Amino acid sequence: MSKVCKEREKLLPGAVIVEPGCSERTETGSWRSQRPVVDEKKCTGCMICWMYCPDIAIKKGKPVKIDYKYCKGCGICAEVCPVKAIIMEQEGKK
Amino acid sequence: MKQFITGNEAAALGAKLARVKVVSAYPITPQTVIVEKLAEYVANGELDAEYVMVESEHSALSACIGAAATGVRTYTATSSQGLILMSEIMFIASGLRMPLVMANANRSLSAPLSIWNDQQDSMAVRDSGWIQIYCQDNQEIIDSSIQAFRIAEETLLPVMVCFDGYILSHTAENVDVPEQGGVDKFLPPYKYPYALDPEHPVTIGAVGVPEYYEEFRYLLQEAVLKSKEKIVEVGKLFGKQFGREYGLMECYHTGDADVVLVVMGSLSGGVKDIVDEYRKQGLKVGLVNLRVFRPFPAKELAEAFGGAKAVAVIEKDVSMGSTGGLFLDVSVALANAKKAPLLLNFICGLGSRDVTAAQIREVVKSAVEAAKTGEVKEVVRWLGLRETMVGLK
Repeated sequence: MSKVCKEREKLLPGAVIVEPGCSERTETGSWRSQRPVVDEKKCTGCMICWMYCPDIAIKKGKPVKIDYKYCKGCGICAEVCPVKAIIMEQEGKK
Repeated sequence: MKQFITGNEAAALGAKLARVKVVSAYPITPQTVIVEKLAEYVANGELDAEYVMVESEHSALSACIGAAATGVRTYTATSSQGLILMSEIMFIASGLRMPLVMANANRSLSAPLSIWNDQQDSMAVRDSGWIQIYCQDNQEIIDSSIQAFRIAEETLLPVMVCFDGYILSHTAENVDVPEQGGVDKFLPPYKYPYALDPEHPVTIGAVGVPEYYEEFRYLLQEAVLKSKEKIVEVGKLFGKQFGREYGLMECYHTGDADVVLVVMGSLSGGVKDIVDEYRKQGLKVGLVNLRVFRPFPAKELAEAFGGAKAVAVIEKDVSMGSTGGLFLDVSVALANAKKAPLLLNFICGLGSRDVTAAQIREVVKSAVEAAKTGEVKEVVRWLGLRETMVGLK
């Protein structure tokens, strides 16, 4: 019973969440079917992909680094890269 | 203080006395006067509130949710097409557990276009998670509006105060308007426990993933069902302070009745006269005037019917492809009962079709006959229908 009550206490009215940063705990990387791979030699560090990434899953730098914990594999970075330094690879391919 | 006011003015005055902080509404017949009155109060400095102008009812209710999320008392008013346009946001308001109060001057739905009265509009949003209170006169409108804020804020549920368009919205009656001091005592300043505040960030409106969604819907259903107790409690407290007590329904001569009529809203006044008529003739006829439709007081209603042999539900709406909406719920209230009365449904007054005394006498006659013979010839009948026009005669 006490366990049930404790779990219920977590569900606040209207699904309000009072702790900030809850989206950080949802690792959306598992949704990915294709992964962006950066060609370190080609990347110029122009940061266009960093600007376009809808998931803030690209870390600044030359070369840029993909955060695979959150990257959903949408492929926008590969599409916008002016020097074609990012290619999309099939996940789970051996 | 007694004032000679319309239903719309009673609703606006109720919101003013509740000291609402934000009003966002869009004018629509027949509730427009509420919106105009509130705008006037704010412009005159009689009401210290933010009046948010919007381009539609969809936006009006959205703005109200935003305001309520900051923890202030919020109010809106609408009718008919406006209510239906709001319907998407209505489900969100209850899902987010925003304690809003809305007046709905009941009006029919298009098409054909009709600005006149019936209760199809509020019936269409009965599943939205809002509490629905129906008023039978202008006194009930102002009293229920004031109670609605307390009910909403103590249950974290939105409340609709419904009253028949024109019949109440545009008809002036003597109304005992509560004093501001008394209302302030009844409604202390409101604080929403999870109000938006940069110092204490919260997430409102998060995704309900499959692992959580069903639990939140269960909790909402539980909250709406449980609000029944709060509505009764608030109605009693109101009675103690202002001398007019309210409950889930009004029972008129139901105790020993063989035949019970059920209505919602302004019909009840006229129907009581007919009940009196039959009582004088020695016929045991009673009336339940249902005040609270959501949460539906199934148990209390079944108790009110007592040993009645027949129950006739008279309503100004229809659930297309089924029966009247109220009739559906009344039927459910009696499901699994050991000894249930026979049920008859009468659809009437659509688009302000007159509901006459003669029609109500017809209802009583049919119910008495059913009680006598133990048989219902026609479950659903339409009153006042011009039968030759629809090919029935």
